[in-house]
Amino acid sequence: MSDVLSSYPLLLRGAWVTIQLTLYGSALALVLAFVFGLVGLARSAWLRAFGRIYVEFFRGTATLVLMYWFFYALPLVGARFTPMFAAVLALGLNVGAYGAEVVRGAVKAVPKEQYEATVALNMRPAQRLRRVLLPQAIALMLPPFGNLLIELMKGSAVVSLISIADLMLRAQQLRQSTGQTTSVFLVILVMYFVIAQVLQLLVRYLERRADIMLGRRPGREARSPLETLGAAK
Amino acid sequence: MIWDWHFAGKILPDLLRGLVVTIEATLLGYVVALILGLVWAILRRSPSRIVNQTVRWVVEFIRSTPLLVQLFFLFFALPSTGLQFSALVTGIIGLGLHYSSYTSEVYRAGIADVPVGQWEAATALNLPRRRVWFGVVLPQAVRKVIPTLANYLIAMFKDSPLLLAITVPEMLHSAYDVGARSLRFLEPMTIVGVLFVIVSVLSSLLLRRLEFRYGNN
Repeated sequence: MSDVLSSYPLLLRGAWVTIQLTLYGSALALVLAFVFGLVGLARSAWLRAFGRIYVEFFRGTATLVLMYWFFYALPLVGARFTPMFAAVLALGLNVGAYGAEVVRGAVKAVPKEQYEATVALNMRPAQRLRRVLLPQAIALMLPPFGNLLIELMKGSAVVSLISIADLMLRAQQLRQSTGQTTSVFLVILVMYFVIAQVLQLLVRYLERRADIMLGRRPGREARSPLETLGAAK
Repeated sequence: MIWDWHFAGKILPDLLRGLVVTIEATLLGYVVALILGLVWAILRRSPSRIVNQTVRWVVEFIRSTPLLVQLFFLFFALPSTGLQFSALVTGIIGLGLHYSSYTSEVYRAGIADVPVGQWEAATALNLPRRRVWFGVVLPQAVRKVIPTLANYLIAMFKDSPLLLAITVPEMLHSAYDVGARSLRFLEPMTIVGVLFVIVSVLSSLLLRRLEFRYGNN
Protein backbone atom coordinates (compact mmCIF):
# COMPACT_ATOMS: atom_id res chain seq x y z
CA MET A 1 0.00 0.00 0.00
CA SER A 2 2.76 2.48 0.93
CA ASP A 3 4.48 1.88 -2.42
CA VAL A 4 1.30 2.89 -4.12
CA LEU A 5 0.71 5.93 -1.95
CA SER A 6 4.29 7.16 -2.32
CA SER A 7 3.91 7.29 -6.10
CA TYR A 8 1.01 9.70 -5.83
CA PRO A 9 2.47 12.27 -8.30
CA LEU A 10 1.99 9.74 -11.08
CA LEU A 11 -1.62 9.14 -10.08
CA LEU A 12 -2.30 12.86 -9.73
CA ARG A 13 -0.96 13.46 -13.24
CA GLY A 14 -3.31 10.74 -14.45
CA ALA A 15 -6.21 12.28 -12.58
CA TRP A 16 -5.48 15.62 -14.21
CA VAL A 17 -5.70 14.02 -17.66
CA THR A 18 -9.00 12.41 -16.66
CA ILE A 19 -10.33 15.80 -15.53
CA GLN A 20 -9.16 17.46 -18.75
CA LEU A 21 -10.88 14.79 -20.84
CA THR A 22 -14.04 15.30 -18.82
CA LEU A 23 -13.94 19.06 -19.32
CA TYR A 24 -13.22 19.01 -23.07
CA GLY A 25 -15.60 16.15 -23.68
CA SER A 26 -18.43 17.79 -21.79
CA ALA A 27 -17.83 21.13 -23.54
CA LEU A 28 -18.18 19.43 -26.92
CA ALA A 29 -21.15 17.40 -25.69
CA LEU A 30 -22.87 20.54 -24.40
CA VAL A 31 -22.56 22.33 -27.74
CA LEU A 32 -23.75 19.28 -29.67
CA ALA A 33 -26.61 18.75 -27.23
CA PHE A 34 -27.94 22.27 -27.74
CA VAL A 35 -27.45 22.27 -31.51
CA PHE A 36 -29.10 18.90 -32.08
CA GLY A 37 -31.66 19.34 -29.32
CA LEU A 38 -32.89 22.55 -30.94
CA VAL A 39 -32.69 20.98 -34.41
CA GLY A 40 -34.95 18.26 -33.04
CA LEU A 41 -37.51 20.93 -32.22
CA ALA A 42 -37.35 22.63 -35.61
CA ARG A 43 -40.46 23.03 -37.69
CA SER A 44 -38.87 21.59 -40.82
CA ALA A 45 -39.25 17.81 -40.98
CA TRP A 46 -35.91 17.50 -42.80
CA LEU A 47 -34.04 19.21 -39.99
CA ARG A 48 -35.82 17.07 -37.42
CA ALA A 49 -34.94 13.90 -39.32
CA PHE A 50 -31.31 15.02 -39.44
CA GLY A 51 -31.34 15.48 -35.66
CA ARG A 52 -32.96 12.07 -35.14
CA ILE A 53 -30.29 10.36 -37.22
CA TYR A 54 -27.52 11.94 -35.18
CA VAL A 55 -29.17 10.98 -31.91
CA GLU A 56 -30.04 7.42 -32.87
CA PHE A 57 -26.65 6.75 -34.40
CA PHE A 58 -24.49 8.05 -31.60
CA ARG A 59 -26.72 6.75 -28.83
CA GLY A 60 -26.58 3.38 -30.53
CA THR A 61 -22.82 2.96 -30.75
CA ALA A 62 -20.55 2.26 -27.84
CA THR A 63 -18.02 4.98 -27.02
CA LEU A 64 -15.20 2.48 -27.16
CA VAL A 65 -16.19 1.25 -30.61
CA LEU A 66 -16.36 4.85 -31.80
CA MET A 67 -12.99 5.60 -30.30
CA TYR A 68 -11.38 2.53 -31.91
CA TRP A 69 -12.95 3.52 -35.18
CA PHE A 70 -11.53 7.04 -35.04
CA PHE A 71 -8.18 5.81 -33.85
CA TYR A 72 -7.60 2.67 -35.92
CA ALA A 73 -9.90 2.84 -38.94
CA LEU A 74 -10.04 6.47 -40.01
CA PRO A 75 -6.26 6.96 -40.36
CA LEU A 76 -6.38 4.36 -43.11
CA VAL A 77 -8.63 6.61 -45.18
CA GLY A 78 -6.44 9.60 -44.51
CA ALA A 79 -8.02 11.21 -41.44
CA ARG A 80 -5.40 11.08 -38.71
CA PHE A 81 -6.25 12.10 -35.16
CA THR A 82 -4.13 12.41 -32.06
CA PRO A 83 -5.35 9.98 -29.39
CA MET A 84 -6.58 12.86 -27.24
CA PHE A 85 -8.61 14.32 -30.09
CA ALA A 86 -10.11 10.94 -30.99
CA ALA A 87 -11.05 10.40 -27.35
CA VAL A 88 -12.66 13.80 -26.84
CA LEU A 89 -14.52 13.46 -30.14
CA ALA A 90 -15.87 10.01 -29.27
CA LEU A 91 -16.89 11.00 -25.74
CA GLY A 92 -18.43 14.28 -26.86
CA LEU A 93 -20.37 12.81 -29.79
CA ASN A 94 -21.70 9.99 -27.64
CA VAL A 95 -22.75 12.03 -24.62
CA GLY A 96 -23.94 14.87 -26.89
CA ALA A 97 -26.53 12.51 -28.36
CA TYR A 98 -27.95 11.79 -24.93
CA GLY A 99 -27.77 15.49 -24.10
CA ALA A 100 -29.68 16.41 -27.26
CA GLU A 101 -32.59 14.30 -26.05
CA VAL A 102 -32.41 16.04 -22.67
CA VAL A 103 -32.48 19.49 -24.30
CA ARG A 104 -35.37 18.54 -26.55
CA GLY A 105 -37.35 17.08 -23.66
CA ALA A 106 -36.70 20.05 -21.39
CA VAL A 107 -37.73 22.69 -23.93
CA LYS A 108 -40.87 20.69 -24.65
CA ALA A 109 -41.62 20.46 -20.93
CA VAL A 110 -41.81 24.24 -20.49
CA PRO A 111 -45.55 25.02 -20.04
CA LYS A 112 -47.28 25.78 -23.31
CA GLU A 113 -48.72 29.04 -21.97
CA GLN A 114 -45.20 30.44 -21.76
CA TYR A 115 -44.73 29.84 -25.46
CA GLU A 116 -48.13 31.28 -26.30
CA ALA A 117 -47.33 34.37 -24.26
CA THR A 118 -44.14 34.95 -26.24
CA VAL A 119 -46.14 34.73 -29.47
CA ALA A 120 -48.72 37.13 -28.07
CA LEU A 121 -45.92 39.56 -27.17
CA ASN A 122 -44.73 39.36 -30.77
CA MET A 123 -41.25 38.10 -29.91
CA ARG A 124 -38.97 36.80 -32.63
CA PRO A 125 -38.20 33.03 -32.49
CA ALA A 126 -34.67 33.70 -31.24
CA GLN A 127 -36.00 35.98 -28.53
CA ARG A 128 -38.58 33.42 -27.45
CA LEU A 129 -35.86 30.86 -26.92
CA ARG A 130 -33.31 33.12 -25.32
CA ARG A 131 -35.49 35.13 -22.96
CA VAL A 132 -38.32 32.78 -22.04
CA LEU A 133 -38.02 29.14 -23.03
CA LEU A 134 -34.34 28.36 -22.45
CA PRO A 135 -33.98 29.93 -18.99
CA GLN A 136 -36.82 27.75 -17.76
CA ALA A 137 -35.69 24.71 -19.71
CA ILE A 138 -32.14 24.92 -18.40
CA ALA A 139 -33.38 24.46 -14.85
CA LEU A 140 -35.00 21.22 -16.00
CA MET A 141 -31.89 20.13 -17.90
CA LEU A 142 -29.44 20.47 -15.04
CA PRO A 143 -30.20 17.27 -13.07
CA PRO A 144 -29.98 14.97 -16.12
CA PHE A 145 -26.92 16.89 -17.33
CA GLY A 146 -25.33 16.18 -13.96
CA ASN A 147 -25.87 12.46 -14.48
CA LEU A 148 -24.45 12.66 -17.99
CA LEU A 149 -21.39 14.54 -16.74
CA ILE A 150 -20.61 11.71 -14.33
CA GLU A 151 -21.26 9.16 -17.08
CA LEU A 152 -18.77 11.02 -19.27
CA MET A 153 -16.18 11.13 -16.52
CA LYS A 154 -16.56 7.38 -15.97
CA GLY A 155 -16.57 6.75 -19.70
CA SER A 156 -13.25 8.55 -20.01
CA ALA A 157 -11.53 5.58 -18.34
CA VAL A 158 -11.74 3.69 -21.63
CA VAL A 159 -9.30 6.13 -23.27
CA SER A 160 -6.52 4.20 -21.57
CA LEU A 161 -7.22 1.51 -24.17
CA ILE A 162 -6.04 3.87 -26.92
CA SER A 163 -2.92 4.70 -24.93
CA ILE A 164 -3.82 8.02 -23.32
CA ALA A 165 -2.12 8.40 -19.96
CA ASP A 166 -5.22 8.99 -17.86
CA LEU A 167 -5.76 7.77 -14.32
CA MET A 168 -6.59 4.27 -15.51
CA LEU A 169 -3.41 3.91 -17.59
CA ARG A 170 -1.26 5.26 -14.75
CA ALA A 171 -2.81 2.63 -12.51
CA GLN A 172 -1.87 -0.04 -15.02
CA GLN A 173 1.72 1.20 -15.09
CA LEU A 174 1.85 1.29 -11.33
CA ARG A 175 0.42 -2.20 -11.15
CA GLN A 176 3.18 -3.47 -13.38
CA SER A 177 5.94 -1.71 -11.48
CA THR A 178 4.81 -2.48 -7.92
CA GLY A 179 2.83 -5.66 -8.44
CA GLN A 180 0.28 -4.51 -5.86
CA THR A 181 -2.81 -4.95 -7.92
CA THR A 182 -5.49 -4.74 -5.27
CA SER A 183 -4.27 -1.59 -3.56
CA VAL A 184 -3.55 0.24 -6.83
CA PHE A 185 -7.06 -0.30 -8.07
CA LEU A 186 -8.60 0.48 -4.69
CA VAL A 187 -6.75 3.80 -4.62
CA ILE A 188 -7.85 4.85 -8.08
CA LEU A 189 -11.42 3.69 -7.45
CA VAL A 190 -11.47 6.07 -4.50
CA MET A 191 -9.95 8.84 -6.66
CA TYR A 192 -12.63 8.40 -9.30
CA PHE A 193 -15.25 8.43 -6.56
CA VAL A 194 -13.91 11.70 -5.20
CA ILE A 195 -13.90 13.31 -8.65
CA ALA A 196 -17.49 12.18 -9.17
CA GLN A 197 -18.60 13.58 -5.83
CA VAL A 198 -16.97 16.94 -6.57
CA LEU A 199 -18.69 17.08 -9.96
CA GLN A 200 -21.97 16.27 -8.26
CA LEU A 201 -21.53 19.10 -5.76
CA LEU A 202 -20.84 21.46 -8.64
CA VAL A 203 -24.04 20.47 -10.42
CA ARG A 204 -26.06 20.80 -7.20
CA TYR A 205 -24.69 24.33 -6.83
CA LEU A 206 -25.70 25.19 -10.41
CA GLU A 207 -29.16 23.74 -9.78
CA ARG A 208 -29.56 25.97 -6.75
CA ARG A 209 -28.43 29.00 -8.73
CA ALA A 210 -30.88 28.23 -11.53
CA ASP A 211 -33.75 27.88 -9.06
CA ILE A 212 -32.89 31.17 -7.41
CA MET A 213 -32.62 32.86 -10.81
CA LEU A 214 -36.13 31.69 -11.64
CA GLY A 215 -37.41 32.70 -8.20
CA ARG A 216 -38.34 29.11 -7.33
CA ARG A 217 -36.26 29.05 -4.20
CA PRO A 218 -35.82 32.07 -1.98
CA GLY A 219 -32.27 33.38 -2.26
CA ARG A 220 -30.68 35.49 0.42
CA GLU A 221 -31.12 38.67 -1.58
CA ALA A 222 -34.70 37.86 -2.50
CA ARG A 223 -35.98 38.25 1.02
CA SER A 224 -37.43 41.66 1.71
CA PRO A 225 -36.41 43.61 4.85
CA LEU A 226 -39.97 43.46 6.18
CA GLU A 227 -39.93 39.66 6.12
CA THR A 228 -36.62 39.59 7.94
CA LEU A 229 -38.13 41.85 10.61
CA GLY A 230 -41.10 39.56 10.89
CA ALA A 231 -38.85 36.58 11.35
CA ALA A 232 -36.92 38.38 14.09
CA LYS A 233 -40.02 38.96 16.20
CA MET B 1 -6.92 2.27 -48.84
CA ILE B 2 -10.47 1.69 -49.96
CA TRP B 3 -13.29 -0.46 -48.72
CA ASP B 4 -12.91 -4.12 -49.73
CA TRP B 5 -16.22 -5.99 -49.83
CA HIS B 6 -14.59 -9.36 -50.31
CA PHE B 7 -12.50 -8.94 -47.18
CA ALA B 8 -15.52 -7.65 -45.29
CA GLY B 9 -17.48 -10.77 -46.21
CA LYS B 10 -14.63 -13.02 -45.19
CA ILE B 11 -14.31 -11.59 -41.68
CA LEU B 12 -18.04 -11.36 -40.99
CA PRO B 13 -18.37 -14.88 -39.46
CA ASP B 14 -15.57 -14.08 -36.98
CA LEU B 15 -17.28 -10.89 -35.95
CA LEU B 16 -20.66 -12.56 -35.63
CA ARG B 17 -19.12 -15.13 -33.29
CA GLY B 18 -17.92 -12.17 -31.25
CA LEU B 19 -21.43 -10.73 -31.32
CA VAL B 20 -22.77 -13.96 -29.81
CA VAL B 21 -20.32 -13.64 -26.90
CA THR B 22 -21.27 -9.98 -26.51
CA ILE B 23 -24.96 -10.82 -26.33
CA GLU B 24 -24.34 -13.73 -23.98
CA ALA B 25 -22.36 -11.54 -21.59
CA THR B 26 -24.97 -8.78 -21.77
CA LEU B 27 -27.94 -11.04 -21.06
CA LEU B 28 -26.31 -12.94 -18.19
CA GLY B 29 -24.95 -9.72 -16.73
CA TYR B 30 -28.43 -8.25 -16.97
CA VAL B 31 -29.86 -11.12 -14.92
CA VAL B 32 -27.21 -10.45 -12.25
CA ALA B 33 -28.04 -6.72 -12.34
CA LEU B 34 -31.78 -7.33 -12.00
CA ILE B 35 -31.41 -9.63 -8.99
CA LEU B 36 -28.66 -7.71 -7.22
CA GLY B 37 -30.40 -4.37 -7.82
CA LEU B 38 -33.53 -5.72 -6.17
CA VAL B 39 -31.48 -6.88 -3.18
CA TRP B 40 -29.93 -3.38 -2.84
CA ALA B 41 -33.34 -1.72 -3.15
CA ILE B 42 -34.90 -3.90 -0.46
CA LEU B 43 -31.92 -3.49 1.89
CA ARG B 44 -32.17 0.27 1.48
CA ARG B 45 -35.64 0.11 3.00
CA SER B 46 -34.28 -1.73 6.01
CA PRO B 47 -35.20 -0.03 9.31
CA SER B 48 -31.62 -0.36 10.55
CA ARG B 49 -29.70 2.83 9.85
CA ILE B 50 -26.41 1.01 9.63
CA VAL B 51 -27.68 -1.35 6.95
CA ASN B 52 -29.44 1.23 4.80
CA GLN B 53 -26.69 3.84 4.97
CA THR B 54 -23.99 1.27 4.21
CA VAL B 55 -25.91 0.00 1.21
CA ARG B 56 -26.55 3.57 0.08
CA TRP B 57 -22.85 4.44 0.01
CA VAL B 58 -21.78 1.15 -1.48
CA VAL B 59 -24.24 1.64 -4.33
CA GLU B 60 -23.16 5.26 -4.75
CA PHE B 61 -19.54 4.14 -4.91
CA ILE B 62 -20.20 1.48 -7.52
CA ARG B 63 -22.24 3.92 -9.57
CA SER B 64 -19.71 6.72 -9.63
CA THR B 65 -16.61 4.75 -10.50
CA PRO B 66 -15.78 3.54 -14.02
CA LEU B 67 -16.83 0.08 -15.10
CA LEU B 68 -13.45 -0.49 -16.73
CA VAL B 69 -11.62 0.01 -13.44
CA GLN B 70 -14.06 -2.27 -11.66
CA LEU B 71 -13.52 -4.95 -14.29
CA PHE B 72 -9.76 -4.77 -13.86
CA PHE B 73 -10.16 -4.83 -10.12
CA LEU B 74 -12.28 -7.99 -10.28
CA PHE B 75 -10.05 -9.56 -12.90
CA PHE B 76 -6.83 -9.08 -10.96
CA ALA B 77 -7.98 -8.94 -7.35
CA LEU B 78 -10.45 -11.82 -7.20
CA PRO B 79 -7.86 -14.51 -7.96
CA SER B 80 -5.74 -13.27 -5.04
CA THR B 81 -8.62 -14.01 -2.68
CA GLY B 82 -8.73 -17.55 -4.00
CA LEU B 83 -11.76 -17.15 -6.27
CA GLN B 84 -10.76 -18.17 -9.76
CA PHE B 85 -13.18 -17.33 -12.57
CA SER B 86 -12.81 -17.29 -16.32
CA ALA B 87 -12.56 -13.88 -17.97
CA LEU B 88 -16.10 -14.13 -19.29
CA VAL B 89 -17.57 -14.94 -15.86
CA THR B 90 -15.58 -12.08 -14.31
CA GLY B 91 -16.93 -9.80 -17.02
CA ILE B 92 -20.49 -10.91 -16.36
CA ILE B 93 -20.09 -10.32 -12.62
CA GLY B 94 -18.54 -6.90 -13.29
CA LEU B 95 -21.25 -5.79 -15.70
CA GLY B 96 -23.96 -7.11 -13.39
CA LEU B 97 -22.48 -5.48 -10.31
CA HIS B 98 -22.03 -2.12 -12.03
CA TYR B 99 -25.51 -2.04 -13.48
CA SER B 100 -27.09 -3.27 -10.24
CA SER B 101 -26.35 0.19 -8.89
CA TYR B 102 -28.52 1.67 -11.63
CA THR B 103 -31.32 -0.88 -11.41
CA SER B 104 -31.49 -0.48 -7.64
CA GLU B 105 -32.34 3.21 -8.15
CA VAL B 106 -35.03 2.21 -10.63
CA TYR B 107 -36.54 -0.31 -8.22
CA ARG B 108 -36.33 2.25 -5.44
CA ALA B 109 -38.35 4.73 -7.45
CA GLY B 110 -40.89 2.03 -8.25
CA ILE B 111 -41.19 1.00 -4.60
CA ALA B 112 -41.54 4.61 -3.47
CA ASP B 113 -44.37 4.95 -5.98
CA VAL B 114 -46.49 2.20 -4.36
CA PRO B 115 -49.26 4.00 -2.43
CA VAL B 116 -48.85 4.07 1.36
CA GLY B 117 -52.31 2.53 1.62
CA GLN B 118 -50.93 -0.71 0.23
CA TRP B 119 -48.35 -0.90 3.01
CA GLU B 120 -50.96 -0.02 5.61
CA ALA B 121 -53.36 -2.63 4.27
CA ALA B 122 -50.60 -5.24 4.41
CA THR B 123 -49.90 -4.29 8.02
CA ALA B 124 -53.62 -4.34 8.87
CA LEU B 125 -53.91 -7.82 7.39
CA ASN B 126 -50.95 -8.86 9.52
CA LEU B 127 -49.10 -10.27 6.52
CA PRO B 128 -45.62 -11.63 7.18
CA ARG B 129 -42.81 -9.42 5.84
CA ARG B 130 -41.95 -11.78 3.06
CA ARG B 131 -45.51 -11.68 1.70
CA VAL B 132 -45.69 -7.91 2.07
CA TRP B 133 -42.71 -7.62 -0.28
CA PHE B 134 -43.31 -10.43 -2.72
CA GLY B 135 -47.10 -10.53 -2.67
CA VAL B 136 -48.04 -6.87 -2.44
CA VAL B 137 -45.31 -4.29 -2.99
CA LEU B 138 -42.98 -5.73 -5.63
CA PRO B 139 -45.62 -6.90 -8.12
CA GLN B 140 -46.91 -3.33 -8.28
CA ALA B 141 -43.54 -1.64 -8.11
CA VAL B 142 -41.77 -3.76 -10.73
CA ARG B 143 -44.55 -3.61 -13.30
CA LYS B 144 -44.30 0.16 -13.44
CA VAL B 145 -40.56 0.27 -13.98
CA ILE B 146 -40.22 -2.44 -16.64
CA PRO B 147 -39.59 0.04 -19.50
CA THR B 148 -36.94 1.87 -17.48
CA LEU B 149 -35.26 -1.39 -16.55
CA ALA B 150 -35.22 -2.44 -20.18
CA ASN B 151 -33.39 0.80 -21.03
CA TYR B 152 -30.47 -0.41 -19.00
CA LEU B 153 -30.28 -3.60 -21.04
CA ILE B 154 -29.40 -1.46 -24.05
CA ALA B 155 -26.99 0.65 -22.05
CA MET B 156 -25.31 -2.52 -20.86
CA PHE B 157 -25.05 -3.90 -24.34
CA LYS B 158 -23.11 -0.81 -25.32
CA ASP B 159 -20.78 -1.12 -22.35
CA SER B 160 -19.97 -4.75 -23.14
CA PRO B 161 -17.03 -3.92 -25.47
CA LEU B 162 -15.13 -2.98 -22.33
CA LEU B 163 -14.83 -6.69 -21.65
CA LEU B 164 -12.14 -6.83 -24.32
CA ALA B 165 -9.82 -5.19 -21.79
CA ILE B 166 -9.99 -8.33 -19.65
CA THR B 167 -9.48 -10.58 -22.69
CA VAL B 168 -13.08 -11.70 -23.22
CA PRO B 169 -13.37 -12.62 -26.93
CA GLU B 170 -16.34 -10.32 -27.61
CA MET B 171 -17.08 -8.50 -30.85
CA LEU B 172 -14.68 -5.56 -30.64
CA HIS B 173 -11.97 -7.93 -29.49
CA SER B 174 -12.43 -10.13 -32.54
CA ALA B 175 -12.44 -7.05 -34.76
CA TYR B 176 -9.19 -5.91 -33.24
CA ASP B 177 -7.71 -9.39 -33.70
CA VAL B 178 -8.72 -9.50 -37.33
CA GLY B 179 -7.32 -6.02 -37.82
CA ALA B 180 -4.03 -6.85 -36.15
CA ARG B 181 -3.59 -9.99 -38.22
CA SER B 182 -4.42 -8.47 -41.60
CA LEU B 183 -3.41 -4.87 -40.85
CA ARG B 184 -6.78 -3.77 -42.17
CA PHE B 185 -8.74 -2.01 -39.46
CA LEU B 186 -11.22 -0.09 -41.57
CA GLU B 187 -13.55 -2.97 -42.43
CA PRO B 188 -13.70 -4.79 -39.07
CA MET B 189 -14.12 -1.60 -37.02
CA THR B 190 -16.78 -0.23 -39.32
CA ILE B 191 -18.70 -3.51 -39.37
CA VAL B 192 -18.61 -3.68 -35.59
CA GLY B 193 -19.94 -0.13 -35.35
CA VAL B 194 -22.73 -0.91 -37.77
CA LEU B 195 -23.64 -4.14 -35.95
CA PHE B 196 -23.81 -2.24 -32.69
CA VAL B 197 -26.14 0.35 -34.16
CA ILE B 198 -28.34 -2.33 -35.72
CA VAL B 199 -28.73 -4.29 -32.49
CA SER B 200 -29.26 -1.12 -30.43
CA VAL B 201 -31.84 0.33 -32.77
CA LEU B 202 -33.69 -2.98 -33.04
CA SER B 203 -33.78 -3.32 -29.28
CA SER B 204 -34.94 0.25 -28.81
CA LEU B 205 -37.82 -0.47 -31.20
CA LEU B 206 -38.70 -3.49 -29.06
CA LEU B 207 -38.44 -1.24 -26.04
CA ARG B 208 -40.94 1.19 -27.44
CA ARG B 209 -43.43 -1.69 -27.66
CA LEU B 210 -42.72 -2.54 -24.04
CA GLU B 211 -43.34 1.07 -23.05
CA PHE B 212 -46.58 1.06 -24.99
CA ARG B 213 -47.69 -2.07 -23.18
CA TYR B 214 -46.71 -1.21 -19.60
CA GLY B 215 -46.45 2.53 -19.67
CA ASN B 216 -49.58 4.31 -18.60
CA ASN B 217 -47.52 6.88 -16.73
